[in-house]
Amino acid sequence: MVQAITQVTGSAVPLLLDDIDTDRIIPARFLRCVTFDGLGEHAFEDDRIQDPAHPFNKAQFQGGKILVAGRNFGCGSSREHAPQALMRWGIQAIIAESYAEIFFGNCVSLGIPCVRASRADLEALTKLISADPRTSVAIDLLAQTVTAQSEGGQQLKANVEIPPGARQSLTTGGWDFLGQLLDGEPKVRAQVAKIPYLQKFAVAT
Amino acid sequence: MTDSRNLFNKVWDLHACQTLPSGQDQLFIGLHLIHEVTSPQAFAILRERNLKVAYPERTVATVDHIVPTQSTARPFVDLLAEEMMSAIEKNCRDFGIRLFDLVDNRQGVVHIVGPEQGLTLPGMTIACGDSHTSTHGAFGSIAFGIGTSQVADVLATQTLALARPKVRKVEVTGQLKPGVYAKDVILHIIRKLGVQGGVGYAYEYAGDVFDRMSMEERMTVCNMSIEGGARCGYINPDQTTVDYIQGRPFAPQGEEFERAAKWWLSLASGKDAQFDDVVVFKAEEIEPTVTWGITPAQSVGVKETLPTISSFPADDQKVISEAFQYMDLKEGQPIQGLKINVAFIGSCTNGRISDLREAARIVKGRHVAAGVKALVVPGSQLVRKQAMEEGLDKIFEEAGFEWRGAGCSMCLAMNPDKLQGNEVCASSSNRNFKGRQGSPTGRTLLMSPAMVAAAAVTGAVTDVRELE
Repeated sequence: MVQAITQVTGSAVPLLLDDIDTDRIIPARFLRCVTFDGLGEHAFEDDRIQDPAHPFNKAQFQGGKILVAGRNFGCGSSREHAPQALMRWGIQAIIAESYAEIFFGNCVSLGIPCVRASRADLEALTKLISADPRTSVAIDLLAQTVTAQSEGGQQLKANVEIPPGARQSLTTGGWDFLGQLLDGEPKVRAQVAKIPYLQKFAVAT
Repeated sequence: MTDSRNLFNKVWDLHACQTLPSGQDQLFIGLHLIHEVTSPQAFAILRERNLKVAYPERTVATVDHIVPTQSTARPFVDLLAEEMMSAIEKNCRDFGIRLFDLVDNRQGVVHIVGPEQGLTLPGMTIACGDSHTSTHGAFGSIAFGIGTSQVADVLATQTLALARPKVRKVEVTGQLKPGVYAKDVILHIIRKLGVQGGVGYAYEYAGDVFDRMSMEERMTVCNMSIEGGARCGYINPDQTTVDYIQGRPFAPQGEEFERAAKWWLSLASGKDAQFDDVVVFKAEEIEPTVTWGITPAQSVGVKETLPTISSFPADDQKVISEAFQYMDLKEGQPIQGLKINVAFIGSCTNGRISDLREAARIVKGRHVAAGVKALVVPGSQLVRKQAMEEGLDKIFEEAGFEWRGAGCSMCLAMNPDKLQGNEVCASSSNRNFKGRQGSPTGRTLLMSPAMVAAAAVTGAVTDVRELE
């Protein structure tokens, strides 16, 4: 069992853009490696070079734990290097309008909750954290809410969604699936006996 | 009683071993393909936990992403690439996994090698740490990309924890116009359904257009499912599928093949099969298609002009503006005539023999335009050999193309083949993301191999039908 994750609290980084692909999160040249060590410093490297105002460049967003993003975040390549780079940069959870599926699954495997929020709530949250980067943001996976409290006293509370399977896995400490899959071995063996191509196509279906 | 399940659900049900506490299924994986980029950390997990590979005969490895296409002499000039190559060699040796390495003529892009060798079969579940694993769905298998933690799961257990997606039938009916290829069909589908339209779905491509396609064309279509957000796309097995598989090295032989073929054909979605959603497109509406932006959905027919930003819904305008700015293009400008600097023919999308034949047919007797760098990268060593036996290499070289060794090459630039500066590349690959082809400011125009060939010889985006 790994640690149960029921909430993530911290400052947030606003990146409310759509269709951010994993090539942008970690350009392919940094995939020439045999460990994930050191990927954090290259998160969004090309976007950061081209845009000095990129939030990952800004002093006030260093130390941010929660990434606020747009629609279809993490699309494209299946590279786990992308969530690994974000995690090693310091990101512990993501709030976005929607996610690409492989990226979402990779995040669950690493214990990074990815919750969905409405565009209007994401815009309000972005406004709040842009105006006050020290705003404390809390994602509650059990209540499926996000709350934000700025130092100036401004508050925001919104509903978020996370698919039931991911929510169950994260909040019960079952997000490291390997142990569960290993335990299923007798059931796997029983199933193998029924799969035609594993039995020279000689089983009835 | 007839089975009203679609192919996807029949195959899924057959591989579901149990329901996990999360509600996900533990799904058996019939074929696991690995390559050098997304596997080393997975083997590290096995070593850390002192685990073995559960079914070593059900994992096959090859090398493709980092492979230089000019010289494969070892050690590689790029020492990081050399380290990755050494790692997969050691991992396959230590864990007893079959590896098609550089000195094995079966090496190539993983999604070209699987079908070519007869490893990819209908009714299988197929996983690989690569999003273009959807390619193998062309055979009527459930094939999808996974991350490295999941590669470790498959190595250690031959299973994955997965939630069953919904299934959308994407029907294309009618006659494709001349000059319209499988690539145009999938680019059109992505343009219409969007880059996230397929999230949560597997796509079943159905209709007479796909029925008439060769296996290689079907692979092109399924390959880009992920660009439309669908992790998995498939086509029902039919006689074309069975004929393609027969006689391939790892395919069943003799009586076993007869039994297999009968089972494969029985998996196809029946007339009364149920779907969560159905969309229908008319083949006649599909044009030779070219992407102009930074997502595979940002495309136009070659005779169209680029859209205006205001023609998109308010929520989409930001990313559309970003695309125009990055590509340095203007609203309303024609795509035809847009100058290119580089032409790339290859990749898991369009690096097969039929792609090279079609491109060669266009370039024959012509020459690459002045100032254009053009390269052809066969998808596998066997595709390369076949092309050379047909003399295609000579046609390309006489026309001024570079004829390279097999690999992923300029599709993703993890090897020496990269765009420079803000070059514009006519590419038969699958992604036009910012920086995808190796230069952080490089620009990609996705199109069919025939259209890339036409662009190469004219130096600009050209309607291939005008060269016929």
